[in-house]
Amino acid sequence: MNKPLRRIAIFCGLLVLTLLIRDNWLQYVKADTLKDDEHNRRVAIERYATPRGDIIVDGKAITGHTTTDGDFKYKRTYKDGAMWAPVTGYVSQAYGATQLEAIDDGILTGNDDRLFFRNTLDMITGKKKEGGNVVTTLNAAAQKAAYEGLKKQGAKGAVAAIEPSTGKILSLASYPSYDPSTIAGGSSADEKAWTRLDKKNNPDDPMLNRALREVYPPGSTFKVVTAAAALEHGKYGSADEKTDSPLPWTMPGTTTELPNEGDLPCENATLREALRVSCNTVFGKIGSDLGNDKMLETAKKFGFTKEQFVPVRSSASVFSDDMNESQTALSSIGQYNTAATPLQMAMVSAAIANNGTLMKPYMVDELQAPNLDTIEKTDPEEMSKPLSPKNAQILQSMMETVVKDGTGTNAQIPGVTVGGKTGTAQHGVDNSENPYAWFISYAKGEDGSSPVAVAVVIEDENAVRDDISGGGLAAPIAKSVMEAVINSKK
Amino acid sequence: MSSTTNSPTHHTSTIGAIGAPSRRNTELALLVFAVVIPVFAYANVGLAINDSVPPGLLSYGLGLGLIAGVGHLVVRKFAPYADPLLLPLATLLNGVGLVVIWRLDQSKRLQASSTFIEAAPRQLLYSALGVGLFVAVLIFLKDHRVLQRYTYISMAGALILLILPLVPGLGENVFGARIWIKIPGLGTIQPGEFAKIVLAVFFAGYLMVKRDALALASRRFMGLYLPRGRDLGPIIVVWAISILILVFETDLGTSLLFFGMFVIMLYVATERTSWIVFGLLMSAAGAVSVASFEPHVQQRVQAWLDPMREYTLSRQGVVGHTEQSMQALWAFGSGGTLGTGLGQGNSDLIGFAANSDFILATFGEELGLAGVMAILLLYALIVERGVRTALAARDPFGKLLAIGLSGAFALQVFVVAGGVMGLIPLTGMTMPFLAYGGSSVIANWALIGILLRISDTARRPAPAPAANPDAEMTQVVRP
Repeated sequence: MNKPLRRIAIFCGLLVLTLLIRDNWLQYVKADTLKDDEHNRRVAIERYATPRGDIIVDGKAITGHTTTDGDFKYKRTYKDGAMWAPVTGYVSQAYGATQLEAIDDGILTGNDDRLFFRNTLDMITGKKKEGGNVVTTLNAAAQKAAYEGLKKQGAKGAVAAIEPSTGKILSLASYPSYDPSTIAGGSSADEKAWTRLDKKNNPDDPMLNRALREVYPPGSTFKVVTAAAALEHGKYGSADEKTDSPLPWTMPGTTTELPNEGDLPCENATLREALRVSCNTVFGKIGSDLGNDKMLETAKKFGFTKEQFVPVRSSASVFSDDMNESQTALSSIGQYNTAATPLQMAMVSAAIANNGTLMKPYMVDELQAPNLDTIEKTDPEEMSKPLSPKNAQILQSMMETVVKDGTGTNAQIPGVTVGGKTGTAQHGVDNSENPYAWFISYAKGEDGSSPVAVAVVIEDENAVRDDISGGGLAAPIAKSVMEAVINSKK
Repeated sequence: MSSTTNSPTHHTSTIGAIGAPSRRNTELALLVFAVVIPVFAYANVGLAINDSVPPGLLSYGLGLGLIAGVGHLVVRKFAPYADPLLLPLATLLNGVGLVVIWRLDQSKRLQASSTFIEAAPRQLLYSALGVGLFVAVLIFLKDHRVLQRYTYISMAGALILLILPLVPGLGENVFGARIWIKIPGLGTIQPGEFAKIVLAVFFAGYLMVKRDALALASRRFMGLYLPRGRDLGPIIVVWAISILILVFETDLGTSLLFFGMFVIMLYVATERTSWIVFGLLMSAAGAVSVASFEPHVQQRVQAWLDPMREYTLSRQGVVGHTEQSMQALWAFGSGGTLGTGLGQGNSDLIGFAANSDFILATFGEELGLAGVMAILLLYALIVERGVRTALAARDPFGKLLAIGLSGAFALQVFVVAGGVMGLIPLTGMTMPFLAYGGSSVIANWALIGILLRISDTARRPAPAPAANPDAEMTQVVRP
């Protein structure tokens, strides 16, 4: 009987060997795949197991954390969450992370590869793992001015402010907003808050980051781009020479006359005058004369048609490349297909204020390790030169006239040179819906350098149509944002 | 083989006390390790979870030490020549099993469940009962050949045990498998665990008698010795019974275990390879045909083929699906090579039966590949000692019984570990000694007791040749 016994012994050995091989397959070969599987709850548990690093504005954290019961130990909290939401995005135990919280998740959780050596050292010395910090370029006073201004209007809108000389984003506000703290957990209260905020249930779409992710027809504010194109392509050489602008002007290829907003002195008006009173006819004709390609070239230099990564992605602003002359004319006054994010229009204003050089906009100044060592520092970077310094100064003087005695007088700040442009963009079928009120501007110090450029847009569905004009609704907000930046520099 | 039987003939003339090495001291030394290792593991869990040495450490250590000590003393007294490895191996597995069960008792997630009970104290009680049965086997079963007398009673007993879960009011359906019975006031019992031993006794007794008929009366066909039609009877009956188990108790594991055990014993008894071929064909045919119409078995097979789909369906709230298979795989994967350390994993995400059917996954996550391989090798060692006992046994009944029990043990480990690791479809059985469950622990301690008894008989020095009166006279005369 012993021969079969030995064979059975071998058989049993093979059974165990099979198990050992399978175990090696599971726990060695497939281990990482299984470990990092997104459905594996351990991934989320690990993520919330350590206190998350903070997002910092002006040296103060605008985020925090509390402990929660259950699987996830730490929960994100936000100070003035609704005000900062367009900057931070959210991180939620139940709904994941977006925007800055998602992009710099590695640093904030402490799992970034650049922290690996430090983490290993901490593990050996028995120190608990911590998350690093994200230091932003934002200006708390400017952000507050922007958000409070929008809130006071009570209408949907957004503000973007940039430091022209560096591209640092100083303010990114969106209204209506939401407090990411309310959805940071995984409880039923968080679920309710999430359902309430969801676009499907909430027509206001408070979770939309309008400063970066919504494109609006820029209306008359786009005329500064058209003016820049006219100067850059040599159509006109100065702000004060007469333009070739008949009134009324029939758009080429059509029998439609392009109307102005009222009885304006636009016939052969100078560029300065045309911008001051916002002549559609003058800038429509310039666009149509320059043609689609040249207009597109200038728009692209200002950043149109491309998504910006600040590092949060912004939507691409639109200037079409397949338009006939009349469509180009309409596009050149910020109508037809033209659409821009508030960030884009702030970039336009910033490039002009920075004597024609557009700096790449960014909002993360520095990534810090848990012990506050710098891991990565963002250096200002030139993005393009949409116009020459000379032409930029011409355009500046034109925009300053608009604020001094044009449509933008509401943005005047005593003792400070301000340049700006209003806009009132029509939208909807046959312009049936309420227009968007725009204002773009910059402030200039005595030395000619500009500390801030800003773009404000307000979409007011409730206001009386006549009340809407960039100068009336948007300019005061731009003014308070600029004041906040100037005062914080003092 | 000859080396292990410590050739009694060479030593009959030497003094008895140091004569045949009994290996009891080896066993004692190994037992110290088998107790100390789980005690350290226990302290480790407490430190990891509560940052303090668990308050029950002393009583737990004493409890396990007592179990091991009593077992050892009884073996020393009643089975002095028994295999020295089996008791320490069983103690070690039982001990680390207790630690991990206690560790899962500390899980907040499992505590939140409505069915949560503190399992570790119960398991300690079951272990004590198991060792009690182990002791009883060694004390009252002086010679395993006595069991031969109960061949047909065993058959009846095994059938009753197997049928019990199907009795209405007594049987309990747990997640589709009817392999439990509920005794009011006592809890649930898995009669299959006991049936395993009783059936082995029956098969050994039956095959010992019939082996010649089964082995010799056969026809040669295509190189195989085919049994005669009438000799096929028993295998057909056992096959039919295991198919019935599969159909009515819907448990692939139990069915496979019994049929596999029978085929192994049949093969050993007759030395005919044809039985293996027959056995494999029959079990394959049986499993496939049952799986094609039994929804519970089908579901298990599907969960095995695509655990992720099963997980998704379960998450969507589709009734009849469970995420456990996938959770177990994640637990293994997250453990990696060295594991997270005891008390630091999240294997409790498996939820229901994390400390019984799925206990190996906790080993996988917290002790890693290294720990699971060590556990599997401990099982392999138990099987190896069992097979060695079978080789060493001097009587066919003992050989058959020992190989039947060891083979069943190996199959059970394979079916359960393979199921949890996703190698084969999951079944409702548990890892011997490790898993929470009274029936399993008690039955397996009895199994170890029987193996020790057989090995004691096998290794014991042969009794002196029957003395004739003359020799006795001579001896008296000698100084």
